[in-house]
Amino acid sequence: MNGIHDMGGMHGFGPVEPEANEPVFHSDWEGRVLALNRAMGYSRAWNIDMSRAAIEVLPPEVYLTRSYYEKWLLRLEQLLIDRALVDSDEMAAGHALRPGKPLRKLAAADVGAALTRGSYGREPSAPARFKAGDRVRTRNINPVTHTRLPRYARGRVGTIECVRGCHVFPDSVAIGKGENPQWLYTLRFEGRELWGDNCDPNLKVSIEAFEPYLEAI
Amino acid sequence: MSRDHGDHHHDGDQHAHGSDLSEMQLRVRALESILTEKGYVDPAALDLIIEAYETRIGPHNGARVVAKAWADPAFKRALLDDATAAVGSLGFVSRVGDHLVAVENTQHLHNMIVCTLCSCYPWEVLGLPPTWYKSAPYRSRAVIDPRGVLADFGVMLPAETEIRVWDSTAETRFMVLPLRPAGTEGWSEEQLATLVTRDSMIGTGLAKSSLAKSAGEVAP
Repeated sequence: MNGIHDMGGMHGFGPVEPEANEPVFHSDWEGRVLALNRAMGYSRAWNIDMSRAAIEVLPPEVYLTRSYYEKWLLRLEQLLIDRALVDSDEMAAGHALRPGKPLRKLAAADVGAALTRGSYGREPSAPARFKAGDRVRTRNINPVTHTRLPRYARGRVGTIECVRGCHVFPDSVAIGKGENPQWLYTLRFEGRELWGDNCDPNLKVSIEAFEPYLEAI
Repeated sequence: MSRDHGDHHHDGDQHAHGSDLSEMQLRVRALESILTEKGYVDPAALDLIIEAYETRIGPHNGARVVAKAWADPAFKRALLDDATAAVGSLGFVSRVGDHLVAVENTQHLHNMIVCTLCSCYPWEVLGLPPTWYKSAPYRSRAVIDPRGVLADFGVMLPAETEIRVWDSTAETRFMVLPLRPAGTEGWSEEQLATLVTRDSMIGTGLAKSSLAKSAGEVAP
């Protein structure tokens, strides 16, 4: 989706403003939102790419003006409604009006293990098409659904730096089409290939690119 | 916090953290009640998740990894070869998620980590990302003007230094192994760890000078 979330290379957002001695959470509710998202993620009612996609479809004016954890709350509410895990009359009432559906529930005793990221590596069904050192071009794709090929890196020639293994394919799993595992590569670009001749000659940028994003040249 | 109070984006943040605070608190509390009553979440588990990120899981973990890599050449090779396995061997997190990659700064190469599409970040070794890492200014500029971003952090590198930006567009997670400061020969891992800042492991900063006195805590 060519959404506002795809920010690489945009101008006009101003300087980066680090906050001295920034707390982990600025308010208690931020921690609760994070924890609610993690606990519901554990239920497997959706996967990580579905949750990313649910942020990406927020209207641009909402995306740009709400804080990070406000967006996490909006995303969580929408995922719950979309999957009929909570009904809108319950959201309005602020409490449950009917029993929940059976879901895997995160118990306190399992929190430690649940905070470890899962593995996204999968058995390949075919050999990798590319190897380190190969020159490839990224495809010019513009799917209306979730993708992890940023706009600034489409239709660009780069060099495969590393084969990362075969991984769950976000473009498929985000829309419920299964894991569809694909080879994943670190693909390195010269800055000038991305940004033109005025770019810093000593800049290199890499993306993590799934094989369906790439074509041989 | 702000160097430019007229910045509309920053006003948005103040709005979120200021006047709407109680509204957000109520809304989150209501959602937690609904999910608890429906049997989907256990508030005790939520407490433990928050506690973990406020205490156990933070940049002090990454600082220990970097300090050990500086002090122990065999560990450094293992870290650069397979960071998931090498960090897991230290045992301070129950287990490291897959696909952690450490990238090494040299005199000629400076690495920087970003996620232009969302906020991917190596949580196990660095904790939750700071607000600026998730912000539009950083995500937009890191890939096109990393030297400008470094200048925002007060870091100036020679023009001939290669800048390498790693956009975290998949489940690979990156951490930077910063340059070891001069004058630290013979330092213990504990002493070295006090020089490792969070930002030096993202690539928006450098490790602290060996002359830094106020050691003991991981500074930004």
